[in-house]
Amino acid sequence: MSALYNYVLNLADNTLILGQRLSEWCGVGPFLEEDLALTNTSLDIIGQAKMLLELASEIKGDDETADDLAFMRDQHLFKNVLLVEQPNGDYAQTMLRQYMIDVYHVYLYEELSNSSHEKLAAIAEKSLKEVTYHKQRSELWIKRMALGTQESHKRMQNAMNHLWHYHHELFESNDEIDELVQQGIAANPEELHKKWDVEVKDLITQTPLEIPTTGWKATGGRVGHHSEYLGKMLCEMQFLQRAYPGCEW
Amino acid sequence: MINKIKQMLAQVTDPEIPVLSLGDLGVIRNIEVDDEQVIVTITPTYSGCPAMEVMEQDIIDILTKEGRKVGLPTKIKVETQLSPAWTTDWITDKGKADLLKYGIMPPSRSGKIICPQCKSKDVELLSQFGSTACKALYRCTKCLEPFDYFKCH
Ligand SMILES: [Zn+2]
Repeated sequence: MSALYNYVLNLADNTLILGQRLSEWCGVGPFLEEDLALTNTSLDIIGQAKMLLELASEIKGDDETADDLAFMRDQHLFKNVLLVEQPNGDYAQTMLRQYMIDVYHVYLYEELSNSSHEKLAAIAEKSLKEVTYHKQRSELWIKRMALGTQESHKRMQNAMNHLWHYHHELFESNDEIDELVQQGIAANPEELHKKWDVEVKDLITQTPLEIPTTGWKATGGRVGHHSEYLGKMLCEMQFLQRAYPGCEW
Repeated sequence: MINKIKQMLAQVTDPEIPVLSLGDLGVIRNIEVDDEQVIVTITPTYSGCPAMEVMEQDIIDILTKEGRKVGLPTKIKVETQLSPAWTTDWITDKGKADLLKYGIMPPSRSGKIICPQCKSKDVELLSQFGSTACKALYRCTKCLEPFDYFKCH
């Protein structure tokens, strides 16, 4: 499959799986306003997934539609990073994961708005407005919990200890991506990583949070090596289309 | 003919904000008509907005139904254009006034937000998202009514 297809599919799967995870909070958010906020965030992100999957399907050029890609693909063909498939955990874990992705998305879409690939640029331009708003919200939650009570700080630190190892994968590169960067299509992962580091570490220094120092880096999602959590999620997400192919309502 | 189509489209409203026509919402980017077909180009508000699909169908329905009376081609197409991305700046002044009357504070670039009920300036943010992705939830601290604010986007 083409380098561009793989690149777009990674972006699409990141949003699809994150959107699905967030939607699990629907009806069980800590309070009504948060329930609404998270599910609306989820809706934005699933909307982005839809646009990206449609683009991936178009690049692929056979009869596999965006819906097929979402609902009929097996786990090992998903290219999302491991971070987005991690369980929601408590609210600290959900919001820290969200913040890490939001910062990434803001810089990613900023870059891609100028992509030489016209359709990818249009999707990025549209999505940038949405993720900028998401980031304002998740950033507040990091501060609120890290600087809040002893309990909320403990939870945010626990989330940090768990999730920090997963962010490196967002910025992994390979020959295909390097080539796309050369062509002005993709965003340069190394530069995104630098910007991400500066912004996230700046926020962390405003709080008592500590970055774990184990050095371990999770990897594998982009080539289809997923954690145990993705399969279980796909079982639920894909059930209806697998049981009743083509079903609509 | 384009003007007639515009008049027909003025009857189509946002399913979630029934006082706002698609024209006033600023989502109609282009209308093309020739002997064979009508192409209406719209731009989505939010990428995940579930109202967009309803709007597309409503456009096709009204142009099919009303178009028959004035001899419009029966083939109606709705196309989506992502760039330039929709902004609340495209909501017309009439649209903004209608929103306020309806009880939704329209987008305000100056950041001045007033209570649509009693027009008080003493308001507080309850949640960054309201009943839909395009709104935030506020409360008036004077009359105590909660209200939706259509966010700048
Ligand atoms: Zn009031």
